[in-house]
Amino acid sequence: MRLEPVANPSIWRTTVPPAIAIGSTVVVASLLAMAAGANPFSVLGLILKGAFGSKFALLETLNRATPLIFTGLSVAVAFRARLWNIGAEAQLYAGALITVVLGTGMLQWGAFALLPALAIASMLAGALVLLVPALLKVRFGVDEVVTTLLFNFIFLLFISMLLEGPLKDPMGMGWPKSERLIAEARLPRIVDGLRLHWGFGLALIAAALVWVIERRTTLGYEMRAVGLNREAAGFAGIPVNRVLIKTALLAGGLAALAGFSEVAGLKGNLTLDLSPGFGYTGIIVAMLALLNPLAVVAAALFVAGIFVGADSMSRAASVPSYLADIMLATALLLMVLAILLTRFRVVRE
Amino acid sequence: MKNAKAAQVVLRLDSITKRFGKLVANDAISLSLQQGEVIALLGENGAGKTTLMNILFGQYTADEGTVEVFGDALPPGNPRAALDAGVGMVHQHFTLADNMTVLENVTLGTQGLLSLRQDRAAARAKLAQLATDFGLQVHPDAKVGSLTVGERQRVEILKALYRDARILILDEPTAVLTPQETDDLFATLRKAVKLGLSVVFISHKLHEVMAISDRVLILRHGRLVAERPIAEVTKETLASLMVGSEVKAPTVAPGQPGKTLMRLHEVSTPDRGSAPGLKRVSLSLRAGQVIGLAGVSGNGQGALADLVGGLIGPATGRLELDEAHLNTWSPREAVHAGIARIPEDRHKTGTIAEFDLTENAILEAYNQPPYSRSGWMNWRRAEAFTREVIDTYDVRCPGPATRIRLLSGGNMQKLILGRVLEANPRIILANQPVRGLDIGAVNYVHSQLLAARDRGAAVLLISEDLDEIMALSDVIHVISEGRLSPGFARGTKTPAELGVWMAGHGFEPETADAS
Repeated sequence: MRLEPVANPSIWRTTVPPAIAIGSTVVVASLLAMAAGANPFSVLGLILKGAFGSKFALLETLNRATPLIFTGLSVAVAFRARLWNIGAEAQLYAGALITVVLGTGMLQWGAFALLPALAIASMLAGALVLLVPALLKVRFGVDEVVTTLLFNFIFLLFISMLLEGPLKDPMGMGWPKSERLIAEARLPRIVDGLRLHWGFGLALIAAALVWVIERRTTLGYEMRAVGLNREAAGFAGIPVNRVLIKTALLAGGLAALAGFSEVAGLKGNLTLDLSPGFGYTGIIVAMLALLNPLAVVAAALFVAGIFVGADSMSRAASVPSYLADIMLATALLLMVLAILLTRFRVVRE
Repeated sequence: MKNAKAAQVVLRLDSITKRFGKLVANDAISLSLQQGEVIALLGENGAGKTTLMNILFGQYTADEGTVEVFGDALPPGNPRAALDAGVGMVHQHFTLADNMTVLENVTLGTQGLLSLRQDRAAARAKLAQLATDFGLQVHPDAKVGSLTVGERQRVEILKALYRDARILILDEPTAVLTPQETDDLFATLRKAVKLGLSVVFISHKLHEVMAISDRVLILRHGRLVAERPIAEVTKETLASLMVGSEVKAPTVAPGQPGKTLMRLHEVSTPDRGSAPGLKRVSLSLRAGQVIGLAGVSGNGQGALADLVGGLIGPATGRLELDEAHLNTWSPREAVHAGIARIPEDRHKTGTIAEFDLTENAILEAYNQPPYSRSGWMNWRRAEAFTREVIDTYDVRCPGPATRIRLLSGGNMQKLILGRVLEANPRIILANQPVRGLDIGAVNYVHSQLLAARDRGAAVLLISEDLDEIMALSDVIHVISEGRLSPGFARGTKTPAELGVWMAGHGFEPETADAS
């Protein structure tokens, strides 16, 4: 048996396998719910209700999706150019770090000046964090999967050191957390009284901008060419290494906005549990979205919905919320397989 | 080395035909191998050697024809069948695990998946016996990663012998070896033959074929064009058989040479793996002329193409463009200097398969106005240009938004032609411009190149097809081992005379310090 590319995939070939993947994910989740002794229909219903069933649930899902949109965009941009950035987690924390360093009183500006300054400073910090592995890759051929992955741990320990030392909140009762941001450094809510901050709006704008960059700018063309065929791109005169560096700067900056948005929009300070793995989940989001920046928004909402819904379901149905992790893993694996089947057919020799 | 008694036929391929779409990769090829015999399969890249071996090993199923090993037909499409029947293959690219020892590599896959007990002592003894019998000395406990290339090849051969192979097939085995290692390999093969094994030696290096084989079979364009006992051939006849010598009458009017646009003076470039770099090459490209570069592939053509195309600079020597000496040199500078580059591999280097026609058409000019202004793409202008190329160069396609991988090779090449010729180039580098194209597309590409020449462009035509070179070129140079022959004017040399140069004769001896 071998795989053969399909020249002109039919509408069935492009839609049926992904639909089967989603369906199978639901079936797997149902079986696990049954194994946990619950009615699968009520469990799935509870997840759906917990994610989208009320205004509160919906806003919670949107809030949870916000950092995932940023990290998903970061991964999508990098993977598009075949720069394997596994380090969105570290870049996220770099953004969060610079936000609390500058936003806890160092810059005493009005909100209209301070918030853009913090966002830009975060992006620079994140860009810098990914620049190092990118330079190592371009100059010495060091595998960026290894460097970016390991840098996550180094950076988290670095944050931990800062939170136990110079950044530690003196009024924090000894907890390893930073001081709180000044009021001008907080992202306001989109609608008064509803718990949804402007970070979500910023994420939507970022997704649209990334789409415009990829489709409409010279840099986007270069990034896609380098990702699809590095040899042909280099032969044609595209400066492959410079494009990889630019891609790294953009991807690092996008992931750092997740950190900025979480600190300035939601938490107000920096702790070591700021991100429950948003950087890694961003890889799932980007893959589910087939690296399309607009689809990243939908994929982030899907992933966030499963997490939020499963949390609420586990309180009501006493099925562990780990079901969410299994559902996501199943969805990802089946989706990758489904995408393979939309582009290739299996031939028996 | 042939036995006096009637030799037993150990391997027989009977009229094997394999088609890929319109391309006939193997056209009714028959061959037989006798016990204790070495046969050489000689042919250019793309002549069908690899396809034939893939059919023998069940990777492909032949459309027609049968394979017999020791008199039994092999079931088609079963990779294990050939191995079990006693055929061993030594691949050009080794299939060894670097982090395992020699012994582990050799025995890998010979034990049952679930058998926990490994009879290491017996395996070690068998390996030692084989090593002595065949003169393949390798330490059994050395990690493969620490071995030289020559030693790794010995492990590959031992692996085949360990599985009791009676027929050895070696695919370009000397491509990675030094001359000394090659001699050792030949000594081993002679021992193997004495012990009753039979060998198929795949190569395009003429002197090695002459040195080791009893019989040579020459493949060209998927057909078996000649089969000769080695005693009856010379290197020169092999070279002309390999690249084709049925010369058609030149119907091309000679070009009108103008001034020199690019000049290489004593340029050398580093070797790359087994392919030689350039060795003190001097060459002038003049306006209005087709310069043909003849030679057996892998003799430095790649280095010359990369040099003219801006991918590498000279290590020593001078590269002059319009009489100005160039120090740095990049693909982008080459494009700006008016060099049209038609790359050897249109799938891997010429186009981006998943890009559509528009995105491929502007691949070299995407950052220039009108396609790009201050960082923004103007896709409307790009698409207009693509439509123009599609019309002018007769690219058959559903439209500019089609992904280019869906196009046939000929149409893909026409798009590349349009891309580079619409920029009104002064120098055209055409590297194997018609390889794999059907006859209609071949004539079209040739007529476009000649039209560009008549407009005053200098054309450097690199091809392995001597017929093509002789038909189109105003001046022919032969390249061999990275050295360039003097230029021969149109019609002053016969194919046989060029074959002598292609076999490496006639060049000035290399000076001792040449590097």
